[in-house]
Amino acid sequence: MSIHDLVAEEQPENFEFTAENEAEIIKIIAKYPEGRQASAVMPLLDLAQRQHDNWIPMKAIEVIAEKLGMAKIRVLEVASFYTMFNLKPVGKYFLQLCGTTPCMLRGSDDLSRCIKDKLGITSGQITPDGKFSLLEVECLGACVNAPIIQVNDDFYEDLDYDSTEALIDALSNDMPPPVGSVIKRSGSQAETGATSLSDILGSKSAKPSKKPDAKSKKTAASSAKISGV
Amino acid sequence: MLQDKDRIFTNIYGWQEAGLTAAKKRGDWDNTKSILALGHDEIIEQMKQSGLRGRGGAGFPTGLKWSFMPKEVTNRPHYLVVNADESEPGTCKDRDILRNEPHKLIEGCVVAGFAMRAHVAYIYIRGEFVNEYKTLQAAVDEAYAAGLLGKNAAGSGWAFDVYVHRGAGAYICGEETALLESLEGKKGQPRLKPPFPAGVGLYGCPTTVNNVESIAVAPTILRRGGSWFASLGKENNTGTKLFCISGHVNTPCNVEEEMGIPLKELLEKHAGGVRGGWNNLLAVIPGGSSTPLMTKDVCETMTMDFDALKAAGTGLGTAGIIVMDKSTDVVRAISRLSYFYKHESCGQCTPCREGTGWMWRMMDRMVRGQAEPHEIDTLYEITKQVEGHTICALGDAAAWPIQGLIKNFRPEIERRIQMYKSVTQAAE
Repeated sequence: MSIHDLVAEEQPENFEFTAENEAEIIKIIAKYPEGRQASAVMPLLDLAQRQHDNWIPMKAIEVIAEKLGMAKIRVLEVASFYTMFNLKPVGKYFLQLCGTTPCMLRGSDDLSRCIKDKLGITSGQITPDGKFSLLEVECLGACVNAPIIQVNDDFYEDLDYDSTEALIDALSNDMPPPVGSVIKRSGSQAETGATSLSDILGSKSAKPSKKPDAKSKKTAASSAKISGV
Repeated sequence: MLQDKDRIFTNIYGWQEAGLTAAKKRGDWDNTKSILALGHDEIIEQMKQSGLRGRGGAGFPTGLKWSFMPKEVTNRPHYLVVNADESEPGTCKDRDILRNEPHKLIEGCVVAGFAMRAHVAYIYIRGEFVNEYKTLQAAVDEAYAAGLLGKNAAGSGWAFDVYVHRGAGAYICGEETALLESLEGKKGQPRLKPPFPAGVGLYGCPTTVNNVESIAVAPTILRRGGSWFASLGKENNTGTKLFCISGHVNTPCNVEEEMGIPLKELLEKHAGGVRGGWNNLLAVIPGGSSTPLMTKDVCETMTMDFDALKAAGTGLGTAGIIVMDKSTDVVRAISRLSYFYKHESCGQCTPCREGTGWMWRMMDRMVRGQAEPHEIDTLYEITKQVEGHTICALGDAAAWPIQGLIKNFRPEIERRIQMYKSVTQAAE
């Protein structure tokens, strides 16, 4: 594989971290012992990607190498080793469809068919308007809520053909639906209600959805800033 | 069946908030200082007594692992590293701890870190868990603000810092030395052992790498005593365990149960049973994708613990149970795992880098039956050439599912080869 297959053909001429991110970088580097600033390479790549429309230009690799006192090739090899670093543009809604066996057994083929039907794209492709791109990824680690699609940072779980269609429609209108199980299960409990913990929490075994405090939790989590560390 | 009073993870489904106030009500951070007052060696002794075996897959005794750390701290600081890079197909238990019980993990870091004379823990969380990261980081921030972390952690006089480090989508970083490489800012390629991390780990310093679940259960074990944990489960397979039940069951779920619970009982009590009934069961992968599958007759009497599964030629692994009913294309199900391992091979060792590709391409043909019958033996031979010939266990993990398939479903592979031949011959 040559470098041209790996990175975007059209590259910006410059890349600079925003002032806010520069301040964040100082905090990130402080988490590692002195002289071990190379440990910050992944958080910095993530920060660059978040700042630059979800993909990392070559100039950012150079900037990060300079900042951390690393050879450029060391930063590039890290950027190309890890699946989550995008070296080419992705869609505004980057669909990462899990296709590994637990999702496959629960119908991830239907999801991929739905995406093809609705958007005309397969894994590795982007829609002409740049709104959606698709990548079939390996196990996302939410197997009891399979099948799953990760849209940018968020997991949509317990999907089927119809709910995937609804998800794409909502995203097309820039109205992302609530994150998590589309059948409103509370986390990883059984769909028909939890089979344990009824004694401790005084909860009935049929507990279809989250308690009211789930909403405030979500808000709290959203306000915690992603620093990439 | 495990009683609720003996369950450690009481907020595993996220019914309550993950934050500190709710966590304290659940019993977390209750006089942590008194646990540390037991002293380094007594904590390790209690952990040994509990019989806890590592929950990340290998099942190595946790207390014993902690005892490998040097007793004296020299100019090289000690590190605790928590492996939250949960990526083994079929496994999604650590995610629930991270998003719903983060304080159990953070408190566990303090007691485990103290036991091994470390002042710093890094939690390496898989990159895709963005929302779980936010919850965990918020919990760490809360713990600092409440004085539970920092210069005088929980009033114990022991300084302890916890840092969260995000991965970026590489299964191999769940291997402990690859994780350390990644944490140091390199490609996640496993190191040769020895030296083991307890001698030369993160930044060349003594390091212990533990799974999230192993660390998160430690505070409860130390509060209730090693003998309490040891009284649950079976001998040499003690305590409770988070099981992940995915695939063809009526209600997939995560559940905390007693070690050694019969598989059939686990599936029927918690996951609504096999889709279409027990007799519709084809096979079960018991401990994450790396463990060989078991056919129904083996499942019939199997108990879910390290020793029983090992004796049956498979393993408890992470307790990620993947259930397949009779509608499953079992050759494709395993072939998809071969693709997974090909994708995730780090490329360092030739047998794995090349072998995972060979195995997947042959498996892909086996799915269609586009092969000669003798190639089944060739495929088996390749798995044996890869197994045991690589630095880390990814090569083994890629080989075992195929070996399990050939051992249990050889007639099905042969049937497809015959079918393909007859169809193509008819076309000619």
